[in-house]
Amino acid sequence: MSRVEKFYHRLIVWLLLVILAAPLLATLLYALSSDWSNTILPQGYTLKWFFELWSDSRFLTALGHSLLICFGALLFSLVLVLPAMFVIAYYFPKLDSVMNVLILMPFAVPPVVSSVGLLQLYSSSPLMLTGTPWILIGCYFTIALPFIYRAISNNMQAINLKELIDAAHLLGASTWQAALFVVLPNLRKGVFIAVLLSFSFLIGEFVFANLLVGTRYETLQVYLYNMRNGSGHFTSALVISYFVVVLLVTWLANALNPERG
Amino acid sequence: MKGKGLALLLLLPFALFWVAFQLAPLLWIAINSFWSDMNESWGLDNYSDILTSPFYLQAFRLSLDISIWSSIYGLLIALVAGYSLHQMGSGRFQRFLMSFTNMTSNFAGVPLAFAFVILLGLNGCLTLLLRHYNLLESFKLFSRDGMVIVYTWFQIPLGILLLYPAFDGLRQDWQESAALLGASRWRYWWHIGLPILFPALLGTFVILLANALGAYATIYALTTGNFNVVPVRIAALVSGDISLDPNTGGALAMLLVLLMAVITVVQQYLVRRSYLNAKPS
Repeated sequence: MSRVEKFYHRLIVWLLLVILAAPLLATLLYALSSDWSNTILPQGYTLKWFFELWSDSRFLTALGHSLLICFGALLFSLVLVLPAMFVIAYYFPKLDSVMNVLILMPFAVPPVVSSVGLLQLYSSSPLMLTGTPWILIGCYFTIALPFIYRAISNNMQAINLKELIDAAHLLGASTWQAALFVVLPNLRKGVFIAVLLSFSFLIGEFVFANLLVGTRYETLQVYLYNMRNGSGHFTSALVISYFVVVLLVTWLANALNPERG
Repeated sequence: MKGKGLALLLLLPFALFWVAFQLAPLLWIAINSFWSDMNESWGLDNYSDILTSPFYLQAFRLSLDISIWSSIYGLLIALVAGYSLHQMGSGRFQRFLMSFTNMTSNFAGVPLAFAFVILLGLNGCLTLLLRHYNLLESFKLFSRDGMVIVYTWFQIPLGILLLYPAFDGLRQDWQESAALLGASRWRYWWHIGLPILFPALLGTFVILLANALGAYATIYALTTGNFNVVPVRIAALVSGDISLDPNTGGALAMLLVLLMAVITVVQQYLVRRSYLNAKPS
């Protein structure tokens, strides 16, 4: 590559970085400024908005709710998906193509569409679920499915599932023992990546949380939305804190993903 | 095999929950969208109401307008930036940028809306900066142009992530051969580069379009539901305070899904045609 070309590519990539980072940097600056109206740069810097945020009990409750729902939904998804994926890979490989279509559905049907039906289906007895966190766990299972399925199915292809189980059979293990003690430990990397990838996606989810549950079980995003009329500095500190959590988690997922590393 | 029956049983919980939270709601909307509360009868009333209402038609027009333009801008930026990123090889800076892009693709919805108010709002820092140098007279974030900018921003990382693998298909020696044969850079891109990338570009465009058409959180948080696009209308019909009519909301939702399906079918058709054209006749 010529020097001009190298310079051009560097320039473009830096421009990209500036464009992508601009809203975040502005928010960070706003969160750290004591007073900022009508001037180009803030008039003073302070950490008080962060202290205020992290000592707000409503914020901590919302964060707790979000973490609980996200990890609850992910655990629930794994309990449902792992056995199903194992059974498909070992007994019914033909079903894999069906699964590949199924996992695309959350992309084709936006949450705002699904929530129309969910609101009507689960608003009356016997399944009075709207307004409770339980309905979110179910919804999050469907929208996290594509991420979880992809990550784990990549892992399953990498470990030669069939041969692994045949070897375990030769050594006298039953299929269930093989699945539990041989296959499952080998899938831990895929599972870990699946959980981290979908976590950052789920904790950013707003539509289901707002339409189906709202303030009755306030999550981080709904709290953020309800704070919109408060101090801009305070909400900025909130956005930055949220982003740092997502940043740490996605960075961890990337660092552990062998395909990208 | 004797384990097969039991194995099938293990698929059951998964299938059950998938039906309960994905398929059943969709079927429920599909069926109920044909029931009109006002006339207490089955039929196409909800659909004809929507398609004759200037208000809903405006929502569709605005939705399409914002989605198409933000997808085009997002795709162009992703093409240029993604290519440069790809050409940089796999250094540390490049790896950092890839994970940064990956991360920003998760930065959408309410936090994004807030960040943009701070950047480009009435007293946003970029707005003040531009006004200071008289580069900008009046920019309104809460307008159609503002929405296109915000949407484009969240399309860029997704576009890069989707397009990135396709750049592997462009072999370095093709560019060199083209140059040896006397082709300029533009000619190389026009006759070789872009046609090779065409299916990937089209596929990415469709995903970006679907992403924008279904986006609700960002625009809702930015305008508190005052901007007339389809997702906002749907949400207002099912959980609003004034105009509660879930069946019309369902019909609107079905029309949105139908729109996405049509776009996907057109894309499939175009990709297949481009493959046919690529074959020597």
